[in-house]
Amino acid sequence: MVRFNNVGLRYGMGPEVLRDLTFSIEPQSFQFLTGPSGAGKTTLLRLILLSLQPTRGFIRLFGKDAATLEKDEITALRRRIGVVFQDFRLLDHLTTYENVALPLRVQGRDEASYRAEVIELLGWVGLGERMHALPSVLSGGEKQRAAIARALIVRPELLLADEPTGNVDPSLARRLLRLFLELHRSGTSVVIATHDLGLMDQFDGARRLVLGDGRLHIYD
Amino acid sequence: MALAGSYSAMGGCTFMIKRAMADSDPNAVSEQHRVIPRREVPLVPPDAIASRALVTVIAIMTFLASLTAGAAIMVNGVSRDWRQDVSREMTIQVKPTAGRNIDQDLRKAEELARETTGVAEVRSFSKAESEKLLEPWLGAGLELGELPVPRMIVLRLSVDTPLDAAQLRASLARLAPGAILDDHKLWIERLGTMSQTMVLVAVVIFFLVLIAMALAVAFATRGAMAGSREVINVLHFVGARDSYIARQFQRHFLLLGLRGGVIGALAAVGAFILASLLSTRWMANFGGDQLEALFGTFSLGAAGYVSTAVIAVAVAVLTGLTSRSVVFRHLQGLE
Ligand SMILES: Nc1ncnc2c1ncn2[C@@H]1O[C@H](COP(=O)(O)OP(=O)(O)O)[C@@H](O)[C@H]1O
Ligand SMILES: [Mg+2]
Repeated sequence: MVRFNNVGLRYGMGPEVLRDLTFSIEPQSFQFLTGPSGAGKTTLLRLILLSLQPTRGFIRLFGKDAATLEKDEITALRRRIGVVFQDFRLLDHLTTYENVALPLRVQGRDEASYRAEVIELLGWVGLGERMHALPSVLSGGEKQRAAIARALIVRPELLLADEPTGNVDPSLARRLLRLFLELHRSGTSVVIATHDLGLMDQFDGARRLVLGDGRLHIYD
Repeated sequence: MALAGSYSAMGGCTFMIKRAMADSDPNAVSEQHRVIPRREVPLVPPDAIASRALVTVIAIMTFLASLTAGAAIMVNGVSRDWRQDVSREMTIQVKPTAGRNIDQDLRKAEELARETTGVAEVRSFSKAESEKLLEPWLGAGLELGELPVPRMIVLRLSVDTPLDAAQLRASLARLAPGAILDDHKLWIERLGTMSQTMVLVAVVIFFLVLIAMALAVAFATRGAMAGSREVINVLHFVGARDSYIARQFQRHFLLLGLRGGVIGALAAVGAFILASLLSTRWMANFGGDQLEALFGTFSLGAAGYVSTAVIAVAVAVLTGLTSRSVVFRHLQGLE
């Protein structure tokens, strides 16, 4: 699904943030990506998302060489990936409903065709009441759930979540983790970047990708 | 394929997700049936101040373009009317020449004119009338009796049969050497050239205005793109194509263009109506005949109003297309 081969990355003329990364993410797998703050977790997720080009090494995504993709192919791949950004990246002038529906809307689909779906998902993540609220009036936890719902609405094959429990209280964090696990069981590959050890302890069996000093250590 | 359906197909996951989240919101299920009344909100974030500034610029440009087009149409129309009037007339001027009887020549010329095909009406000015024609230049009360005053014959031409001016000129030269036919050709040509020049100038101004407007729109689009960098990023991440994003901006600017275009066009129509009202009033008050002779009645006619409407629509389309191409180039430059 995702395969990194000796990937290295530096920002501009800076030091290499990531070095010699070689790993793969298998279909229907579940893994934590962890490491101290500043270790490069977000950077690694951006590489998978094709929003950064590696300075060396090769990345293959869904069987395709990431370096040679056309713009339309990148778009097609992104439609198979759901992302939850650390800072949510909800659009401020759209309601919760419209933000969650966005990935379907940009595919040119008619609103009537997905309305029920979006409302149902909003109900599931507990945002049914906040459907018409703008992000500016949502709490951190609500924004988090809206961002997660937006990532899930397209039923992605791969879900990338960057610190998805960073802004919520422990009990909501537990519920969100359960949501990701259910998603994994339904067939989605899940990568959760977090530095929250307590969260990972709740799911001991998960694979761990640990970043430190720019290198990756894998604990299966 | 509904999400619920597909998740259910994948082993009842709908239920599991619901259970996973259930304790967070007991009202979740009842919310599912609420209808969403809001119509689709534009994805380009609204920027009230920038939008209003652009609408104002577009309105002003449309107004100027419409006035220019209106002026061109009016000049063209007036000059055509003049030329038509004038070309339906010819004059024969009989000059007093030493050794010839001017009254004889006049009668001879008049006779000739009457016999010529294509002449509908002949009217010759008597000596008194001719002197009166000169009054504005020479002043009244002048004793003109001794002065050799030239005499005029005005020929009104028939509309359907053409007149052979060359032949009439030849006969006049033979039988009444003092009489000269003036078909106003030179004057008509000059008038035509002048009005064509004015129309040409108007067309140049018109296009300059449109170019200035397109540039303003291009800059506004770039500003909007810079301000929407984050939105564009998110749209890319959730799987929007460049063409989709460009369409959003195009629609946004098309609407602004339409609004500005309509406002500018209405203002121009208002200006035309006002000008026509004022000119009517002036004519009633003083010396209106001359104004009217110069400008017609200031009424544009259907052509003027139609062209104003066309300009408004064209401005909106131009705005949309300009911003679309700017957005495309900008998106191409990303990544
Ligand atoms: N856009 C950027 N430009 C330059 N340096 C960056 C940029 N983003 C991240 N970095 C640097 O790369 C390193 C890894 O950052 P990041 O991937 O955000 O770590 P994490 O998500 O694990 O906290 C940090 O040292 C950070 O300062
Ligand atoms: Mg980070």
